[in-house]
Amino acid sequence: MKNRKTLLAGLCGVSLLLAACGTSGSDSKAGSAPGAQGFTPPKLNALTQLGQPEGQLNVLAWPGYAENGQNDAKVNWVTPFEQQTGCKVNVKPFGTSDEAVTLMKTGQYDVVSASGDASLRLVASGDVEPVNTALVPNYNDIYPFLKNKSWNSVNNVAYGIPHGWGANVLAYRTDKVQPEPTSWSPMFDEKSQFKGKVIAYDSPIYIADAALYLMAHQPDLGIKNPYALDDKQFKAATDLLKKQRPLVEEYWSDYLKETQSLKSGDGVIGTAWQVTVNLAKSEGAPVAATVPSEGATGWSDTWMVSAKSQHKTCAYKWMDYITSPKVNAQVAEYFGEAPANSKACAEFKDKSLCDTYHANDAAYAAKIQYWTTPIPQCLDGRTDVKCKDYGDWTRAWTEIKG
Amino acid sequence: MTAVSSPSHRISAFFHRKPQLRLGLLLTAPMLWLGLAYLGALAALFITAFWSTDVFTGKVVTDWSFDNFVTLFSDSVYRTITFRTVGIALLVTVIDAVIAFPMAFAMAKLASPKAQRVLVIMVMTPLWASYLVKAYAWRTLLSGNGVLNWLLDPLGLSAPGYGVTATVITLSYLWLPYMILPIYAGLERLPVSLVDASGDLGAKSFRTFRSVILPLTFPAIVAGSIFTFSLSLGDYIAVKIVGGTSQMLGNVVYDNIGAANNLPFAATVATVPVVIMLVYLAAVRRTGALDNL
Repeated sequence: MKNRKTLLAGLCGVSLLLAACGTSGSDSKAGSAPGAQGFTPPKLNALTQLGQPEGQLNVLAWPGYAENGQNDAKVNWVTPFEQQTGCKVNVKPFGTSDEAVTLMKTGQYDVVSASGDASLRLVASGDVEPVNTALVPNYNDIYPFLKNKSWNSVNNVAYGIPHGWGANVLAYRTDKVQPEPTSWSPMFDEKSQFKGKVIAYDSPIYIADAALYLMAHQPDLGIKNPYALDDKQFKAATDLLKKQRPLVEEYWSDYLKETQSLKSGDGVIGTAWQVTVNLAKSEGAPVAATVPSEGATGWSDTWMVSAKSQHKTCAYKWMDYITSPKVNAQVAEYFGEAPANSKACAEFKDKSLCDTYHANDAAYAAKIQYWTTPIPQCLDGRTDVKCKDYGDWTRAWTEIKG
Repeated sequence: MTAVSSPSHRISAFFHRKPQLRLGLLLTAPMLWLGLAYLGALAALFITAFWSTDVFTGKVVTDWSFDNFVTLFSDSVYRTITFRTVGIALLVTVIDAVIAFPMAFAMAKLASPKAQRVLVIMVMTPLWASYLVKAYAWRTLLSGNGVLNWLLDPLGLSAPGYGVTATVITLSYLWLPYMILPIYAGLERLPVSLVDASGDLGAKSFRTFRSVILPLTFPAIVAGSIFTFSLSLGDYIAVKIVGGTSQMLGNVVYDNIGAANNLPFAATVATVPVVIMLVYLAAVRRTGALDNL
């Protein structure tokens, strides 16, 4: 019931913004006529037709998205792509969306698996260009609830191909944390019994996790969307994180560092990705994960093409390949997320996982608060207040860490 | 009647009469290199510090303002981080000096010439290993179920865990050779006859150390401290690996470039260690330490 309300509010917000901005669209002065997301993207054209593969492709990806057998000889879907297309793939993994945005500015990468908090920034700065979905046959099988979303399109122009989505889960050591946590409280409560054993994500976007917690625990703040925080709400969220700091053992941006912390028991509870949990488990650590009652933040990732790419045919071939049912299933199963391709579930080795990740469940997908870049225009549709933008979030993050 | 001289002859005669001009032209090339590559980069950094970034698109906006410096000075968190960083750097320097001095003394004065060479090589070996491997090794050592805890447990103690203490330990370990080698070089130059003379005049060993050895090797210690201090001041990797939740100036610079893509503010923060180092160098110049480098 409550979630439906949130969803409704979110939908109203988006439609309000669309309505509000639609009227001022005719003013052509650059920068003064924001689109649906509060900005006008630079004019760039999508590729009209594929050419000959250029023989090379530089991929900027979340760890686990473009495995070439280096981490695990059995996990390799890059080599088959190279054999099929003749595009030699160089993979560069990144740890946070901010890192991805910075790296994309160098123009050295052809494609990127951008989460919602990175994608709009890449679109706004002209680092990525619109994608001609007609050149990506597998786009037809992508779940409709992932297409033309506010984080992968602007004014109904697609800027990428959805890849997969999932929640930032609560990971914990089953031998040290009992009973199974059902709330984020052990991570935020000042009197938490896990003082000095908490692991938190090291990125300004983590402020949204605190806001999400406040949505449930301090409803009088009126937070509707953890990425749309006015002064008062923002202060409450950052104060909560400052109070959390003494509980924190360390902040992680490298998922391997967190895996090691959970394995050694230096940290016993923390916000994590499913892949971290799977990895720690596979190395023998008693670790489990849950989505607590307050819900979770999460990601919905999109493959995007660099505007400066010299290897666009290879890039399109990659986007089609990586979202094909079989490969999409492999990636989703390895990383621990819901695939974007509706036919991927049939290809899973462990068929139960598709239910675990709620792959077919549009309602569940709507429940996750996907990473989005905070901008001054409140994303929840309020027009009477100004929201804190990502610059404010970044500065606050330095302050929180102290 | 004077012979008509060739143009090249005239030029060389001209420079012969103006030695300063000659020297100036000779130095132009290296000065240009130094000026462009080194000072130019520093100047560019400093100029960037007065610009700002469009936080959404991440593009640098070249509007001049002091905003970054105002933030730097008005936000207490940057003061805290600066003090923490300087504190860590000083502590690392002191710890290294205390550990390095006896080691260098044994190497320079007690060991046989053959043993000396072996010892110098041993001190230098860690420098040939990767910084990251050494830092991660300390992460494992300091971990809750690491070797350090295992050793300390019977004594009823526990390892410090990740944090400022862990950072100081790791940095002290990493920079120790940079302290030992200058002190070793300084002690080598110290004539044994002076120590002997001090003993002949009735000084006990501590007095000899305080009045003869220490004053003569002090510039060498300061020379070593320039390395340990400046390297600690700029470090951000060790603290990221073993620092737990704490951050240093380097992390703020790194986060502002790597995460926030805010090059101007990163440049503003980066001027802080530059200024601290300039003050430090000005202070140690009087000790003659710079001649020891």
